[in-house]
Amino acid sequence: MKSSLDYYVDAPYFQRPRIQWPGGKRLALWIAPNLEFYELAPPANPQRAAWPRPYPDIDGYGTRDYGNRVGAERLMRVLDRYPTRVSVSLSTALCIHHPEIVQMGLERHWEYFSHGIYNTRYAYGMDEAQEREMIAESMALIAEHTGQHCDGYLAPALTHTEFSLDLFAELGGLYTCDLFHDDQPTPIRTRSGARLVSVPYSLEMNDTIVYVVNKIEPRRYGDMLKTHFDRLYQEGAGSGTVMCIPLHPYQVSHPHRIAAFRDALDYICGHDGVWHATAREIARHYLEHHYDVALVAT
Amino acid sequence: MSLDQNYLQYPLRRRGMDHDRYPFSMLHERPPLRWPGDKPLAISIVVAVEHFPLNQQGRPFKVPGGMTTAYPDLRHFSLRDYGNRVGIWRILRALDAAGVPASFALNAAVIERFPTLARSLAARGDELIAHGLHMDALHHQGLGEDTERHWIESARDALTAIGPAPRGWLSPAKQQSALTPDLLQEAGFSYMLDWINDEWPYRFATRNGSITAVPLSTELEDRFVMLHNLHSENSWVTQVSDAIDWLSSEASTGSPRLLTLLVHAWVIGQAHRIAAFEKLLAAIAALNDTIVISPHTIASSFVANA
Repeated sequence: MKSSLDYYVDAPYFQRPRIQWPGGKRLALWIAPNLEFYELAPPANPQRAAWPRPYPDIDGYGTRDYGNRVGAERLMRVLDRYPTRVSVSLSTALCIHHPEIVQMGLERHWEYFSHGIYNTRYAYGMDEAQEREMIAESMALIAEHTGQHCDGYLAPALTHTEFSLDLFAELGGLYTCDLFHDDQPTPIRTRSGARLVSVPYSLEMNDTIVYVVNKIEPRRYGDMLKTHFDRLYQEGAGSGTVMCIPLHPYQVSHPHRIAAFRDALDYICGHDGVWHATAREIARHYLEHHYDVALVAT
Repeated sequence: MSLDQNYLQYPLRRRGMDHDRYPFSMLHERPPLRWPGDKPLAISIVVAVEHFPLNQQGRPFKVPGGMTTAYPDLRHFSLRDYGNRVGIWRILRALDAAGVPASFALNAAVIERFPTLARSLAARGDELIAHGLHMDALHHQGLGEDTERHWIESARDALTAIGPAPRGWLSPAKQQSALTPDLLQEAGFSYMLDWINDEWPYRFATRNGSITAVPLSTELEDRFVMLHNLHSENSWVTQVSDAIDWLSSEASTGSPRLLTLLVHAWVIGQAHRIAAFEKLLAAIAALNDTIVISPHTIASSFVANA
């Protein structure tokens, strides 16, 4: 084990080259629903149990299945009312299990990026060849079932090895959502020198972290989203910022939670200086206009 | 270091589910449900009346709400019994005052240990739901088929001794073995409340037929919101009200909706919480276009309409 994987270097927040978004916008907003499939009986991983309860853990499994049966469509109907752009963190096996959900996203011009094969198959313990095979297969599933090149990666269940980001970059990836070190995109150093962009995702605004880990009340989550937005929007007047809202249809779409999210979206979308973008668009813009400058500056 | 190669093989990666209990479908794809009176929204309130044994075995895990300290944990034992001695009576008074019906899920041990309560609940004519033997009798793979069948039949028979044979089942901690649905169907149950993966009832295949799954809104339970999340009583009322508003709105523009709410005598029956329940009941009683029905009526409406 290493004390750091040295993906990024020090770059004080207010002393960087200015980031300019298209159209002079201040803040790039992207919405990231995690469309996932959890297996009822996955093979055991030596470092992490898939379920807290013994087989069959119908509580954990049922919670996730709800997201696909009920939550996904409810979330789509809310997002349909706003100009937001959506980039999906996809358990790519969903393309095979529930292609109807993936198709509904395609009809909405959603971007798909890899969140592994299943959210019950972890990278922990994989050797490099195994992890490369897993990531490559997930990218191939997206290409086959959506016609899109998979540009982004968020490790399944946030399980990483020392090589995850290197492997993704070498397989042709453009951006990673796995690091939480910043509110702006940053260059990520990879072992091959392949260029990789970190696009801010967010754990703090992630509905599962909010509701499951931090046990936040729904209306407070709505307030947190607004406050988070306010600060990044204010700072974005100086240099462009990124706000991501990571969601799970099995969390945010519950009928006691969805209105608070809708209200926050209503507030955020009332601001003119928001660039509604996909993660791919943010990463490409950054790579084209700011990546090399950021490297030189550091 | 590497993983066994089967970790990268996916034999159940196929269209639909990775098991054969039910086909996948999204709620909006299904034919609309019809509630009695053609109401757009149905609400069902289930009150769990539970016994937590002092000599907890904790197999295969310690039940949420169970004993915590070294034996004898009189603290939690008696605090849970508070629900059966005080809380449930407060809840009944609140329900009657609001004129809102509820159903009651009873551990068999409650019927044995609190006969006056059991007779009173049976006399109300509300639906009684089998809730297993007690809260430390968790259904799991280690039981074996014969033992689990005996547990299910014993819980059924305890209710049958004080009233009609129960049609519905709620497992302690909603925990099932892989055989529970089969054994429930074979013991004469027509629906179960254990699977929380939907907002509508659906058909669930068993080895000799099928049973109806009626999902509960677990994340709105009194225990989950107030004891697990530590949200306030007022916040609980707000969350349930927000859910009702959202579902009413969907129901008014689309197909009917359902809210199933599970509360516990030992949680919502506390003196500092009952006012929140009363507030919620008053709000429910004042709703138009809503019907409050039992889970059995939900299940049979679904079957009749399927």
